[in-house]
Amino acid sequence: MSESAVVNATQESYESPVTPESWGKFGMWIFLAGDAMSFGALLVVYGALRAATSNWPIPAETLGIGLTAFMTFLLIVSSLTMVKGLSAVKRGDIAGLKKYLGLTILGGVIFLSLQAYEWTHLIHEGLLFSENPWGSALFGATFFSITGFHGMHVTGGVIYLSVVLINAQKGKFSAENYNLVELVGLYWHFVDLVWILVFTLVYLI
Amino acid sequence: MTENDHVEHSKQSIWSKYIFSFDHKMIAKQYLLLGISMLILGGLLAMLIRWQLGYPDEPLPIIGLSDQYMETGEVDGVVDEMWDGWFEDETENWLTMTIPGGVIGPEFYNSLFTMHATIMIFFAIMPILVGCFGNFLIPLMIGAKDMAFPFLNMLSFWVAFIGSIVMLWGFFVPGGHAAAGWTGYPPLSSSVEFSGVDWGQNLWIISLMIMGISSMMGAVNYITTIVNMRAKGMTFFRMPLTVWSLFIVAILLLLAIPVLASALSMLLFDRIWGTSFFNASGGGDPILWQHLFWFFGHPEVYVLILPGMGIASDLLSTFARKPIFGYKAMVYAMISIAVLGFIVWGHHMFQSGMNPALGMTFMFSTMAIAVPSAIKTFNWLGTLKGANIKFTVPMLNTLAFVSMFVIGGLSGIFMASTPVDIFIHDTYYIVAHIHYVVFGGSMFALFGGIYYWFPKMFGRGMNMTLGKIHFWMTLIFFNATFFPMHILGIGGHMRRIANPMQYEFLQDMQWINEFITVSAFMLGLAQIIFFFNFFYSMYKGKKSVDNPWEANTLEWVAATPPPHGNFPTPPIVYGGPYEYGVPDREEDWLSQVTKR
Repeated sequence: MSESAVVNATQESYESPVTPESWGKFGMWIFLAGDAMSFGALLVVYGALRAATSNWPIPAETLGIGLTAFMTFLLIVSSLTMVKGLSAVKRGDIAGLKKYLGLTILGGVIFLSLQAYEWTHLIHEGLLFSENPWGSALFGATFFSITGFHGMHVTGGVIYLSVVLINAQKGKFSAENYNLVELVGLYWHFVDLVWILVFTLVYLI
Repeated sequence: MTENDHVEHSKQSIWSKYIFSFDHKMIAKQYLLLGISMLILGGLLAMLIRWQLGYPDEPLPIIGLSDQYMETGEVDGVVDEMWDGWFEDETENWLTMTIPGGVIGPEFYNSLFTMHATIMIFFAIMPILVGCFGNFLIPLMIGAKDMAFPFLNMLSFWVAFIGSIVMLWGFFVPGGHAAAGWTGYPPLSSSVEFSGVDWGQNLWIISLMIMGISSMMGAVNYITTIVNMRAKGMTFFRMPLTVWSLFIVAILLLLAIPVLASALSMLLFDRIWGTSFFNASGGGDPILWQHLFWFFGHPEVYVLILPGMGIASDLLSTFARKPIFGYKAMVYAMISIAVLGFIVWGHHMFQSGMNPALGMTFMFSTMAIAVPSAIKTFNWLGTLKGANIKFTVPMLNTLAFVSMFVIGGLSGIFMASTPVDIFIHDTYYIVAHIHYVVFGGSMFALFGGIYYWFPKMFGRGMNMTLGKIHFWMTLIFFNATFFPMHILGIGGHMRRIANPMQYEFLQDMQWINEFITVSAFMLGLAQIIFFFNFFYSMYKGKKSVDNPWEANTLEWVAATPPPHGNFPTPPIVYGGPYEYGVPDREEDWLSQVTKR
């Protein structure tokens, strides 16, 4: 990062870059577009299999939505703290950045713990990857695949946020230099957005 | 903003220079080496396939049992002794398990055609056309000093390398390698009982998932580099068509690969955790796999051909010494091919029992692709019209690309039409078509590209006499191998059968199979010339000047081979890539960096 002056000098030699401030930002957007396709495929499979299955359980009754509604709320709040963190570093408020990054990580960790609790509970009741006491076994398969894939994304996000927090601790960010914070923010909002879709399609409808 | 920085390579150890290099040119060479090794392996598998089809259930030459042993049981020579010894001790080694007596049985045959396609598509053509040419050419042609994310680039190669190891490992596990075809249709691929393949299929799935991660990293890198790092003056419509094609390919990969990855993970769950995503008995739907696979698979075939189209356009213009005909039309044609590529997947599934009305829709969307493809073809012909063509080896390969692509494209129209497809579905007609497009198309462009950019990559030119011999042998034996397959297909010869002699109606056509096999062996021999030429020229070829072909694009401005960082100062671009034969100039070329 000490070479940022050099970087800016060379960036002037490029023809109308879309994100002149950071290649990473564009890269992250592109990656998220691709990642959206993998969630898209899983959700389309969910819809196709469910539409073709007669004994699909009613998710709201089987899974219960009280806990997951709270988890959704939690994830939305963690997106909010992420926004607060970014605006703090833009003001040069590093203490604020660290506080809000910490809160965002906390949100992610609580989400994962609640998901672990939910999974254990369901497995205990007999819902497995290939078994479902309330109807079609595909219900369990799709449920665990989709929420599991999302949970992996949250786990990755928590690790990513922690790396950024460590960098913040080391004093690597300032009002001029907060690219990594912005990148992790993009990723985290994406994970949040996907969860709202998962919640709607897998739990509510 | 560290990711914009490039790690300084002033003090390089062997490890950072040749193995874990961040330099896009070294990574390109690594991809090239990986691709060429896999090309050789994939080619050898094809030879085994042809042996079995030409001479069904006969022992392989050299490593198989002798005729005398087969007839009388009398040992003749060391090979017979070896097999005989193993048979007597009931030795179980790799050879006795896969090809007892040197005979390719139906089980191993299934692995052979599956792995030939898998290796050629994912491990040979993609690493060379997309991995090597993408990495080497994108930064050089747009005037950047490296990729946007050099570390990610290095990671992308090594992930692909691990993926290749996992794929090769599959040959040596009990039960043999994947045997459900490169399309991996369930239930054959999802259940051990149907194919008898256990970990081979699992490793196939895992390897392709790893390759997908590698491709995603590459795609993010390519797109970001092209969008952000073009040199001053290098507007989008001044980019060479090769860069355009690779840009579009990266977008295709970005959007298609994740769908394959999701489908593959579900297939793996079906195999190892007993789910039934694609298992009809558990409520799942095998056709769902076909939809997911071909949603990826059709864009994938454009991933294989689009770089070829880009390379062919560049080479045609350079050696016709004329501007490419209809540059913008070429770009828009590639974009429409890519967009249409996402809504035609159902044409692979006309025979899957889908709703005929839906089949009709896919038939029309597929036919629509003929329009941009024809635009490209006529633009290539327009480029050649009235040109003073220089018949160099790269140009010969490019001309072969255009001609063979036309044949492959035309047979594609037959298959796109549902009534005809009912007749030729899953026959050798399809095999002929795919090879006209992927060998006749992608491979000729690949050869042309290697002959063309070899001097820039290695600082030495390839031998052009050997190049000409290789080209003519390849062109002749390619057609002798694949053209008769159209006839076999119309005659009803199914693809993927291990022994055509089992069917009475195919026995009369066996001479065609033998003819194809002999031609395929000659085609294989011709490639030895190429591989020899490649490795010989790397060290002993004639030293090359910076711009041996007198071409306009930026890579020829850089030193040969380009140093780390490519250009001494960031280049400034003043014009398009194809300004050949500009009037009132002494030379017939006009570099993109020349002020005008």
